Amino acid sequence: MAVCQVTDRTFEEEVLQSDIPVLVDFWAAWCGPCRVIAPVIEELAEEYAGRLKVCKLNVDENPITPGRYGIRAIPTLIFFKNGQPVESITGAVAKRTIEAVISKVLEV
Amino acid sequence: MRPEADLIIVGGGPAGLTAYIYAARARLQTLLVEKLSPGGQVVVTDVVENYPGFPEGITGAELMERFAAQARALGWEALRDEAVDLTVEGELRVVHLASGRTLLTPTVIVATGARPRQLGVPGERELTGKGVSYCATCDGPFFRDQVIAVVGGGNTAVQESIFLTRFARKIYLIHRRNRLRATRILQERVLSHPKIEILWDTVVTQILGKEQVEGVRLRQVKTGEEKELSVSGVFIFVGIQPATEWVKNTLALDQGGFVLTDAEMRTSVPGVFAAGDVRSKRCRQIVTAAGDGATAAYMAEQYLAERKSAGGRG
Repeated sequence: MAVCQVTDRTFEEEVLQSDIPVLVDFWAAWCGPCRVIAPVIEELAEEYAGRLKVCKLNVDENPITPGRYGIRAIPTLIFFKNGQPVESITGAVAKRTIEAVISKVLEV
Repeated sequence: MRPEADLIIVGGGPAGLTAYIYAARARLQTLLVEKLSPGGQVVVTDVVENYPGFPEGITGAELMERFAAQARALGWEALRDEAVDLTVEGELRVVHLASGRTLLTPTVIVATGARPRQLGVPGERELTGKGVSYCATCDGPFFRDQVIAVVGGGNTAVQESIFLTRFARKIYLIHRRNRLRATRILQERVLSHPKIEILWDTVVTQILGKEQVEGVRLRQVKTGEEKELSVSGVFIFVGIQPATEWVKNTLALDQGGFVLTDAEMRTSVPGVFAAGDVRSKRCRQIVTAAGDGATAAYMAEQYLAERKSAGGRG
């Protein structure tokens, strides 16, 4: 499954009301490390299709949602489950670091 | 056991990509392992002003895209994985990857670089991403019209302070000594900047705040006087730590964990070379990393040629 693009307008429906856990990548075009992890995010979307929904939110175009979750650094990855943030990762980290958190989120 | 390639390069920053370009042009069969997209630490740099050939400056991300494009034109394809160990098996070197895959090769270039060093004070880890940052270009825009602190006194601290003046209302540059280590042109800019106030001989002993950074606790090292400063962000640029966990059992490292090499990038293990910020050296610049990468690739080529003429396998 491809990465879904979410906005302030669609966040509620796409993320908070999702039936499966969601990983949201908060990013912006001016952020070098965001570009660096982008291909990893795409791979994860493919590999966890059906079990984990993977979305991206551009913080420049959508200021409300990052404000609500206190985002002060990007890239930040937040994992949502049943509408609640349950885990987060800040910065460009290796794929296996993200996968370790994914298994934790999917397991519980 | 047959080698996977003539040369395995680990790390896709300026050193690794340059090594790839030189190795590919030498027609070595080369693999480059990178855990993320290429670019290394440079991608966080707003503008690179000291890489020759770009008199107007160039963004770190764009410069690295150009390095990568040049490597791609020579056949480079991303092998996205993370090296977790390096071992020696007779004539061959083995790069162990996080995916479980192992790569056998006669030669390796270690170009895994470094990452920002942490300050190591209470509150730092808890508030990372909540006001504590190691990347001005990533996080600066979240501090528009706010009062923030920058910690450090080297080139990165000074250059990033100047960059952050685009967003912040006021910046305290906190430095533990009474003079900056940064290069003179940067010192001149920071000392005369109306938004930047330097707190000399001062160290951060704690980062304060519950959900978000609210301030820092400071100690004046000469007088011992302590005080709190109210800031909403703390940007930390106090040097780097090498990404050498994966070679620490195999290669000789210096006290800081950087890989020891001679002037021709040879490490303590024959056939294994190191290049760029991961090396034990004084001057860490994009241009010196690129230079290291070229030397390492050349030396790997020589090493392979000598083995061949000595009748070695491969």
